Amino acid sequence: MATPLAARPSAGHGRSRGGRLRARRITGLAGLLGLLVVVSALSLAYGAHAVPLDAVWRALTDPAGGEHDIIVRSLRGPRTVVGILAGIALGVGGALMQGHTRNPIADPGLLGVNQGAAFAIVLAVVVFGVQGIHGFIWFGFAGALVAAVVVFLLGAVGGRGSTPVTLALAGAAVSALLYGLISAIVLGNQQGMETYRFWHVGSIAGRDFAVAGQIAPFLVVGLLLALANTPGLNALALGEDVATALGRDVRRTRILGILAITLLVGAAVSACGPIAFVGLIVPHLARAVTGPDYRWLVPFAGLIGAILLLAADVLARLVSADRLEVGIMLAIVGAPVFIVLVRRKGLARL
Amino acid sequence: MRTVRDSGPVPGRRVLKLGPLAWTFRPRIVLVPVVGAVLLVLVAAVNIGKGSSHIEVLDVLRTLFGGGDRRENGIIFDLRLPRTLAGVLVGAAFGLAGAIFQTVTRNPLASPDILGITWGAGVGAVALIVLGGTRGQVSGVVAELGVPLAALAGGIVAGLLLYALSWRRGIDGYRLVLVGIGLSAVSYNVVYWLLTVGDVDDATRATTWLVGNLNGVGWESIGPVALALALLVPATLMCAHTMGGLQFGDDTARGLGIRVDAARATLLLLAAALVAVATAAAGPITFVALATPQIALRLARTPQPPLAGSMVLGALLVVGADLAVRTFAPNLPVGVLTSVLGAPYLIYLFVRSRKGVRA
Repeated sequence: MATPLAARPSAGHGRSRGGRLRARRITGLAGLLGLLVVVSALSLAYGAHAVPLDAVWRALTDPAGGEHDIIVRSLRGPRTVVGILAGIALGVGGALMQGHTRNPIADPGLLGVNQGAAFAIVLAVVVFGVQGIHGFIWFGFAGALVAAVVVFLLGAVGGRGSTPVTLALAGAAVSALLYGLISAIVLGNQQGMETYRFWHVGSIAGRDFAVAGQIAPFLVVGLLLALANTPGLNALALGEDVATALGRDVRRTRILGILAITLLVGAAVSACGPIAFVGLIVPHLARAVTGPDYRWLVPFAGLIGAILLLAADVLARLVSADRLEVGIMLAIVGAPVFIVLVRRKGLARL
Repeated sequence: MRTVRDSGPVPGRRVLKLGPLAWTFRPRIVLVPVVGAVLLVLVAAVNIGKGSSHIEVLDVLRTLFGGGDRRENGIIFDLRLPRTLAGVLVGAAFGLAGAIFQTVTRNPLASPDILGITWGAGVGAVALIVLGGTRGQVSGVVAELGVPLAALAGGIVAGLLLYALSWRRGIDGYRLVLVGIGLSAVSYNVVYWLLTVGDVDDATRATTWLVGNLNGVGWESIGPVALALALLVPATLMCAHTMGGLQFGDDTARGLGIRVDAARATLLLLAAALVAVATAAAGPITFVALATPQIALRLARTPQPPLAGSMVLGALLVVGADLAVRTFAPNLPVGVLTSVLGAPYLIYLFVRSRKGVRA
């Protein structure tokens, strides 16, 4: 959308700028893929018990059933895969939320979507006795959807559109309500409490390949919807009126976006618990490389999300031997980024 | 000159004069705390009377004022009074702190729960409970004084951070709120990390504490709160006259001769200390600090939250919520009820302020 418009007026100059941008995007994409491979290798190799890299390679290609093979294939392998999937989902979900709200601080965690999914899942597990992720993932979707719609509507109430402040406050209010309800459910139930306190902070430890397999189909559908949503997002970035004038069906774009966000965030929360701040930081990193074009920004956000989540997990493992969950690590790193963003002059709308 | 004073600064209001002092006579400012206090005594008496052996309200009142027999004295003063008294003190502290926060930031949505002060105090207290608990060092005097002190330190650090990080050639009310949301996220996650570090008994205890709980509050935790309140409430009330000027905005306040930044910093720190001490005693009973000043403001029909009214109503709200929880859902901590009721109220205030109604 932006490229042809920029290229047309002065052919030579514009094209070379566009060309440079495209070169930067392609190198960036390759670099990120490389980085993801490196981080995945680190995630397989490091932890409470370090496995040498050549042993990791042997475990992946030619397993013999030794100690290293078991660690890599059945403990760290699933953890890494779940981390990558959740990172992609949260990064893309964050980018979509920032695009739809045109708001630089939108994030599934801050806006209460995570808490919505978490509340529905706690309800399913503790009250309805639903067992296993394939059962409660549907509750996760429903919770994420309802919370997202409520927060967006609240943030825009009064007919003046949402601003960073209104969205963040609406998200904080809804999160607080859900937190109170979750506490009310969990505190009456010792067993629920025990599962909840580990799941609640967001963790990718102790997940097996079955979990990855169960969320993967939803993620794939969510990602496809997200990619289909990107041209519409580019138009929406100019404002709803301009988007309509350009021939976009704004309502269809919005519904598509909400569906994609619901699927991605709901699946990620079902698998890992509510992990905040990935969706906040990642789109800003991606935007620095790709510029505002969502067709590039969304794939970048997915890759960076996966890298960030895995890197935080490896770091957490190295710092405190599995006692620091990745969700906490990300919040402790991510919240200062949020504070920097809100201190920025003007806190511009996207 | 005389005629101006006689007709009063506010049209239609009488002037109350005492020597060189003069006030505009607003009956509701006095009426709200007085009626609130009477209600508070009644609700507190019902709450004290409730328990495994029921005591009638009149008997409770008689015992409280010194006319009880040995059995009644034993039950009421040794067992039941601490819980209700803690509710009163904590509620008063939250109400007063909320009134200060909302006046100073000129934002009805600013409350210590949202601004991260409560969670900051939580970090201090839980760190001591969990880390100290696993090493077996927290017991006796250290546990009695240590947890409130740790919470106080945590709350004040959070308050200082909030002020420093929102500072940018002055304090903007909305930047303060956003920075506070960020700070809350950090401290909330630190608290949860501490919970996963500890063993499950510590964690359950700490989680009950984290939603705000009056169960098992004894005389030993009343002492520190009462002491801190006895120091902080007069200090706050002495700063109250500057709050009247701060409500007009920074420029006008400066014109009125108020050292705006110093006054605001002092008031915010005092409020943070009040919240931290109350949090240490009963955990973060959320939304009391948000809701009471707004309710008091509407009842007293004042332009900004009245301090005395907020204190009394805060106490009434906490004790009333405690009574309601004990009656209808005995296993739940009182903080669950206040947050389930308070969060929709926050949403309502938010919608109102967005719709352009004066909030």
